[in-house]
Amino acid sequence: MALTAVRVVVAGAAAGAVVALDEPLSFWGGYSAEHGTITDEHHPQTGVSLTGCIVVMPGGRGSSSASSVLAEAVRLGTAPAALLLHRPDEILATGSLVARELYGTTVPILVLDDAAYARAAAADRVELSATGALTIR
Amino acid sequence: MARVTLHLTDDDAAALAGEAGEAGALAMRIVTGLAETMGATRLLSIEGAHIDSCLYHGRSGIDFAERLVDGDARVSVPTTLNVSSLDLLHPDLYKGPETEAAASRRLMQLYEAMGCEPTWTCAPYQLATRPGFGQHIAWAESNAIVFANSVLGARTHRYGDFIDICAAITGRAPAAGLHLDEHRRGDVLFRLRGVSDALLDHDVLAPVLGYLIGTEVEDHVPVIDGLPSPTPEHRLKALGSAAASSGAVGMFHVVGVTPEAATLTDALGGRPPDRTVDVGPEDLRRARDALTTAATDDRPLGAVSLGTPHYSVAEFARLVELLGDRRIDPGVACFVNTARAVLHEISLRGWVDRLESAGVQIVTDTCTYITPVMGEIHGYALTDSAKWAHYAPGNLGIDVAFGSVDDCVESAVAGRLVRQDALWR
Repeated sequence: MALTAVRVVVAGAAAGAVVALDEPLSFWGGYSAEHGTITDEHHPQTGVSLTGCIVVMPGGRGSSSASSVLAEAVRLGTAPAALLLHRPDEILATGSLVARELYGTTVPILVLDDAAYARAAAADRVELSATGALTIR
Repeated sequence: MARVTLHLTDDDAAALAGEAGEAGALAMRIVTGLAETMGATRLLSIEGAHIDSCLYHGRSGIDFAERLVDGDARVSVPTTLNVSSLDLLHPDLYKGPETEAAASRRLMQLYEAMGCEPTWTCAPYQLATRPGFGQHIAWAESNAIVFANSVLGARTHRYGDFIDICAAITGRAPAAGLHLDEHRRGDVLFRLRGVSDALLDHDVLAPVLGYLIGTEVEDHVPVIDGLPSPTPEHRLKALGSAAASSGAVGMFHVVGVTPEAATLTDALGGRPPDRTVDVGPEDLRRARDALTTAATDDRPLGAVSLGTPHYSVAEFARLVELLGDRRIDPGVACFVNTARAVLHEISLRGWVDRLESAGVQIVTDTCTYITPVMGEIHGYALTDSAKWAHYAPGNLGIDVAFGSVDDCVESAVAGRLVRQDALWR
């Protein structure tokens, strides 16, 4: 099934298994760039690995340092393959843009509408084209 | 999908083309890249910046700052620096690996080399000069962002690491998000219902209410009706920092208190709220309880941490008053985080000697939840900060209890948890 993103925040091709998060995640104070896992004790999915996964989540939380943690995860190869969000998050977008400048690789970020978000969250696997087209498997 | 076009001025375009040097071009690429993702049609000029990127999270932070410094980057507006991983005034407190300390120091030096002021505080709004009403700024650090927008009436979007320094170098930011009137109006109304006067008059309400609101609204702009007018700044600080931890709140209004909320109608921008949430004592108790991860019955109190965000002079005054001539129990490690500028002011008042001789350790330039300064904690840690309570379990791997500053002082003196539960009934 093909879906269209409401907004391509940071473009890039990616494919992977879907991990749908029940709550927003702050990458700083909530994600280990070293291990690629959720470390936020208040998050229902604490301990889950996101490395190489298509992460479907409502959005980020507060911390400004989330940009740094995302860029560091890209450097260490522990980042998600892509982020599919319900609402835009400029702090995550910045981390992804800077990773591209520094390391030539990035975490694509798309914002989805209600219907597309629900479908992506329920999917097993998602593929993203470089132009932001989504295919759900 | 509708595309909007970002229109650049001649100066913006020249910077992007590299006429201001390689670092200027890199900084402008990041600013324009973010502007495009935000759907901005233009950039606007900023009058100040606050940088969060100086806190070390790994090699990528240094790689980026080195690219800028190697390209001769200089900030073009007054720029303050957030906390780092090191307390430069109390270096012996650091108990982490020397390689990390060296990397942190290197990152701090790189940001100073670009002309940023070594303020090392997460509460730049407590410095002698701070942004005025209506001024456009580019601030990172979630609690500072929400304070600047809500309490000062300055205008900054929720900026993260990297974009902060890029905006400071270019002096430009996307004309989007919380810079614009249309995104500053409140859209979710919180009405306090049945909350006792005792709780309304107590410092402990603000962080708990903020934590509850952040969970409810994510990135919307909440309006709070029912807090006393005036509400002191340290409570608004606690409310905002909590809401920006549990949610992505960049601005809130308190009716009759904050500068863009003289009336409920002003706060809502003349429109009805999208949603109204009544908050009663039971909701507040639940939010308070969510901040405690420790089983406090069968474990000892090992530490107390105050000052997240950095304590102000007014908060130190309250601490000194509550402590009186008593001492901290020797089994409890007691820390207060603050800015070096505030440390200077309170030392002139004689409070530093007084607190230190009572067993209180003051930490500057950094914070107890981002760097190993607390040492091994025998038991759980108690805090008056919802932000600290939210992040410390994940960051430090410890259990946390939340209480008011009164609870924290009484517990630190007694060496066991003493909480005023009557306030919450």
